[in-house]
Amino acid sequence: MTHDATLRLEVSNLSVTFPVGAATLPAVRDVSFTVAPGEVLGLVGESGSGKSVTLRSILGLTRRYGQIEGAVRWKGQDLLALNEPALRRVRGREIAMIFQEPMTALNPLLPVGLQITESLKAHTSLSRSERKARAIEMLDMVGIPAAASRLDNYPHQFSGGMRQRVMIAIALAVRPRLLLADEPTTALDVTIQAQILDLILALARDFDMGVILVTHDLGVVAQTCDRVAVMYAGRVVEEGSVRDVLRAPLHPYTIGLMRSVPQDVAPRSRLYTIPGTPPGLLHLPPGCAFEPRCPVSDVSCAVSRPDLASFGDGRRAACFRCEIRPAEGATAA
Amino acid sequence: MSDPVLEIRDLRLSFPVARSLVDLIRRAPVRQVNALNGVTLALRRGETLGVVGESGCGKSTLARCIVRLNAPTGGSIHFHGQDIFAPDQRHDRRFNRRVQMMFQDPYSSLNPRMTTGEILAEALRVHRICPAGDIPARVAELLDLVRLPKDAAQKLPHAFSGGQRQRIAIARALAVEPEILIADELVSALDVSVQAQIVNLLLDLQARLDLTILFVAHDLRLVRHISHRVAVIYLGRIVEIGDSETLFKDPVHPYSRALLSAAPSLDPAERGNRTHLEGELPSPLDVPGGCAFHVRCPHRSPRCSAEVPALRPLATGGAAACHHIEEIANERL
Repeated sequence: MTHDATLRLEVSNLSVTFPVGAATLPAVRDVSFTVAPGEVLGLVGESGSGKSVTLRSILGLTRRYGQIEGAVRWKGQDLLALNEPALRRVRGREIAMIFQEPMTALNPLLPVGLQITESLKAHTSLSRSERKARAIEMLDMVGIPAAASRLDNYPHQFSGGMRQRVMIAIALAVRPRLLLADEPTTALDVTIQAQILDLILALARDFDMGVILVTHDLGVVAQTCDRVAVMYAGRVVEEGSVRDVLRAPLHPYTIGLMRSVPQDVAPRSRLYTIPGTPPGLLHLPPGCAFEPRCPVSDVSCAVSRPDLASFGDGRRAACFRCEIRPAEGATAA
Repeated sequence: MSDPVLEIRDLRLSFPVARSLVDLIRRAPVRQVNALNGVTLALRRGETLGVVGESGCGKSTLARCIVRLNAPTGGSIHFHGQDIFAPDQRHDRRFNRRVQMMFQDPYSSLNPRMTTGEILAEALRVHRICPAGDIPARVAELLDLVRLPKDAAQKLPHAFSGGQRQRIAIARALAVEPEILIADELVSALDVSVQAQIVNLLLDLQARLDLTILFVAHDLRLVRHISHRVAVIYLGRIVEIGDSETLFKDPVHPYSRALLSAAPSLDPAERGNRTHLEGELPSPLDVPGGCAFHVRCPHRSPRCSAEVPALRPLATGGAAACHHIEEIANERL
């Protein structure tokens, strides 16, 4: 790879806790991963697994509410060690973020053209006319018809899919090197979802931009991401290339998740379900958090916590029982 | 599975749009949202009919019309041969009892101040399902039916997770021993593994109680799995209807083909082979003339903008509303 190595995001041992009364709630525990330029990393998991908190903590957005530990290395510095003004220079300029709900993330009282040029004014040295030209160019690029005439429109004059495009245009106007996308298509229809994901992929390729895509839809991961990290109860339990993880999952949780999606099963047959419910983060079991629901757990799983161990070829899984069940993993694909 | 339980004929519904003062002064014409533009459909006993389409296509409006939450502006719905909107039927509680609806949001569809037991008992009492003395026993039976623990009857809705709340909603609908269940995005707000549990529950209950289910959802994979037949709706009209497996394997209408191929596949190898749909759903305020889909259709011809295509039977047993079915079929051979 000829990529600029400093433009690689390295998250190491990230832990985020929030105070809840007298207790502390461990939302993210010991999460590590890297994103290379041009690479799309999927972060999947069920509600409450810590994927959004992980994403927000990269830019220090959770600092006000909780305690972040670990390191987020970007361009040779640790983002978590930066103070707020220094971090603000990174946010939106080098690392941009898209949120799930375009209606709440856009300012309803400002025309969208102003919302795009506002960030250009803060982060670039472009002149007024250049900023306007860039805004039109961006709206055009994200597929908004008659872009020039829509700069003066307000968010309510756009449909849901169009608003999400405006969000993407704002995020990408400054040409960030890394895009953090938190469920960017969850609120949208499949047809619009396909358009938005194609757009993000094309931009990642054209600008050599790294992307972290948080989603709960394994289909979106299969169609969009290069690598995927599966989260459960605040920890990454499995990581690897999308092809490997989706075709031959190693961790029992990933296997269960894959099997509970109706694909290649007889119509109207019973679907596989993972027994039990996710543990409350305030009452995590001492061993593996998935142990109470795991079909293959043994005594050691309840006592000690498995580390995220390497299985070669960039694959990692946090399970004591993985080694002995590669055959089953392969058939689950 | 032959006799139709519910027959919908040419159902139309348009909502007037509130006029602003400016509109009144300008004497602008009253505008209408055309939510349903002639839906004809028969529900057969014991079947599950899936309804899919983009948001705003009228699928929820259709569901709400069936349970008389919205009164149509044209067309009719017959339940066992009786017009459900005929004046003498209007206040017929018996109909309400036999056709039950379950809603999308498990957080707002249950009264937060009533315990599960009270919610279920109220339904039993209002519809005089059983003598007052038998109510506690029947409540316990219902909780068992949807696999909730016995002590659930004493708890308030906030004590339950999203999946458990949807079970309560199902139990409440089943309390009055309905024939038809209308599930409007019943599992959309739930995580994948919980979705599978609810889907299994619906399949079991349907087999045991001989229920007819109208399953409205935007998750195509799930609709395919649970439905016997599927109807694809576009701007208030059915564009294609047929056997679930046939329709999903070999959709005929250009819109169904685009919609179904936009659903992301779980197989990373299938990346990129999607039929792309241009643009977005036109506003129901201004439904295009002729075939409503012609503005986005790759097969459009002058005829499409002039003439509304009727639902025509297909060789595979379904029906599709398109002027160019034959050419499209030939093209694919």
